[in-house]
Amino acid sequence: MDEAFSFVFLMLASTLRVATPLVLCAMGGLFSEKGGIVDVGLEGKMLMAAFFAAATAAVTGSAWAGVAAAIVAAEALALLHGLACITYRGNQVVSGVAINILAAGLTVVLGTAWFARGGQTPALEEGQRLMPLFLPGAGDNILVYAALLSVPLTWWIIARTRFGLRLRAVGEMPLAVDAAGLSVAWLRYRAVLLCGLLSGLAGAYLSIGQNAGFSRDMTAGQGFIALAAIIFGKWRALPAFGACLLFGLLDAIAIRLQGVRLPGLGEVPVQLIQALPYLLTMFLLAGFIGRAVAPKAAGVPYEKEH
Amino acid sequence: MRLQRRPLPAWAEIALLPLVNIALAFIVVGVIVAIIGVDPFHALRLLVVGVVGSSESIGYTLYYATNFTFTGLAVAVAFHAGLFNIGGEGQAYIGGLGCGLAILALDSYLPAWLLIPIAIAAAALFGAAWAAVPAWLQAWRGSHIVITTIMFNFVASALMVYLMVNVLIAPGSMTPQSRGFAPSGQLPAIPGLPLNLSLVLALACCIAVWVFLWHTPWGYALRTMGHNPEAAVYAGTNLRRMTMLAMCLSGALAGFVGVNELMGVHHRIVLDFPAGYGFAGIAVALMGRNHPFGIALAALLFGALQQGGAELAFEIPSITREMVVVIQGLVILFSGALAHLPRPWLQSLFALRAS
Repeated sequence: MDEAFSFVFLMLASTLRVATPLVLCAMGGLFSEKGGIVDVGLEGKMLMAAFFAAATAAVTGSAWAGVAAAIVAAEALALLHGLACITYRGNQVVSGVAINILAAGLTVVLGTAWFARGGQTPALEEGQRLMPLFLPGAGDNILVYAALLSVPLTWWIIARTRFGLRLRAVGEMPLAVDAAGLSVAWLRYRAVLLCGLLSGLAGAYLSIGQNAGFSRDMTAGQGFIALAAIIFGKWRALPAFGACLLFGLLDAIAIRLQGVRLPGLGEVPVQLIQALPYLLTMFLLAGFIGRAVAPKAAGVPYEKEH
Repeated sequence: MRLQRRPLPAWAEIALLPLVNIALAFIVVGVIVAIIGVDPFHALRLLVVGVVGSSESIGYTLYYATNFTFTGLAVAVAFHAGLFNIGGEGQAYIGGLGCGLAILALDSYLPAWLLIPIAIAAAALFGAAWAAVPAWLQAWRGSHIVITTIMFNFVASALMVYLMVNVLIAPGSMTPQSRGFAPSGQLPAIPGLPLNLSLVLALACCIAVWVFLWHTPWGYALRTMGHNPEAAVYAGTNLRRMTMLAMCLSGALAGFVGVNELMGVHHRIVLDFPAGYGFAGIAVALMGRNHPFGIALAALLFGALQQGGAELAFEIPSITREMVVVIQGLVILFSGALAHLPRPWLQSLFALRAS
């Protein structure tokens, strides 16, 4: 009985640990997409934030300075995305791809130049990291709770506030918002900045919460899994949260199943479980599991008529 | 006095604006190099010497350029059809798998002159098949091709790791790679260099894409779909079939990266050989303005950067090869997403000169 309980507890804890950056990123991406700005660059923002969090924490010795640096770094990229997509009406996917590639290169270039460890930052000590708050074994640092809190908050802001209503309108029909005398650009900039804030926290969690330092490409596609979770949750906060937990659970199972033979099935390829979030999302997108409909104006730059 | 802004003249739109965009990207690169604490002009000098310094470095440049040409063309063909293929990475990976499987199956039976075309066809077929799934999902089920091609990159990577670790690994090997190809499964190469016959294939692809897009009815229909899908329907084009055609061609072109890397250089199936070429293809296509001639030039530049960057990293330890990745990202940013940024400046400039 005790054993079963501790197994469930461990699985839950590791699911939550893996899901935390996904949840933060997905909620950030949700704001952006609801406002009509497609964000393929979640991955890049998270990676850049993770690097600056670890670098700053290593240099200053303060985890909080690391979190602040992560937010600044992610917001800088978010503003760049906003500038390209909102002000200059560029292609949103191209901008997102550029941000991903830029972050993948820049983190290694700066990391090597500053720390000379092949792109890694120095290993962080306990005081320089975000430590577990209540349960020492579970890794429940403050950002885990922030992620849990971000879900109802995102839902409330999008579904119940005036800003949320306008945001949804700007993602569906910007012309109507413009006609009502509101600034489409300013609404969209706020959405993009909220996305930057949350993906910055996700990055900080990776490098100074879950791990003790930055290593190259440490996001390893989690930004895209978060994107998949948004789609899987059909652009709604609570289902997207559920998708993040599901994908986190899959990851926890994949680690557990490494090299284990299941009765009747044989060895389950770990790679299959790792690919499941993507495959499930493809199935959903193909309309085999319900229908996922994106905000109507997502991806379309708004051109104000003169 | 307020200057009147007029549309730019055609030559400025075609030549000047892209050059200004690239220049902006390289100015930012220079700033980053300076932040690292290296004199940008010194770095540039080392880079140029690293590219044209020896016949060996020119060989490497052309070898890298071969890959960039394939993925650049792949992005461009899809782009002309109004489709954004971000899946070049996965299509190159699976294309390489097809090429490698064909050789592994046949290299003890067939001579090189027969096996090489078969392996090239297999690369194209597998690459096209990997692109066909997102294309089908877009054409018949309405899923967005950007998302599905991204997802398929990860699925390709997981599939390849599984196959290499569990199925194709050479008996007794510790690293996940297949057995070596027999000589009949290796492309003729310049001795001591990675440069091989794939370069000729790349040039042939450039010409073929140009002929296809601008001198065949299918190419015309494909470009019409990209410009105005409704007009294409009115002209009798089947958009679904055209989507499939564009994406399959795109996937086949990306799959040729596998020919250059596996049949030309590694002579076995290895992991991670696409190494970012699929994504870099977006930069190549944007810089080359989606025209085969421009793509060949852009691929040459990126090949030179790749080679020069490697030399530069060797000379100056604080600069790593990833500087090339930063340049790719900035080129995509400035000549893609921020392409309109300098237009008002140029318009003002022209207005000033006219007054």
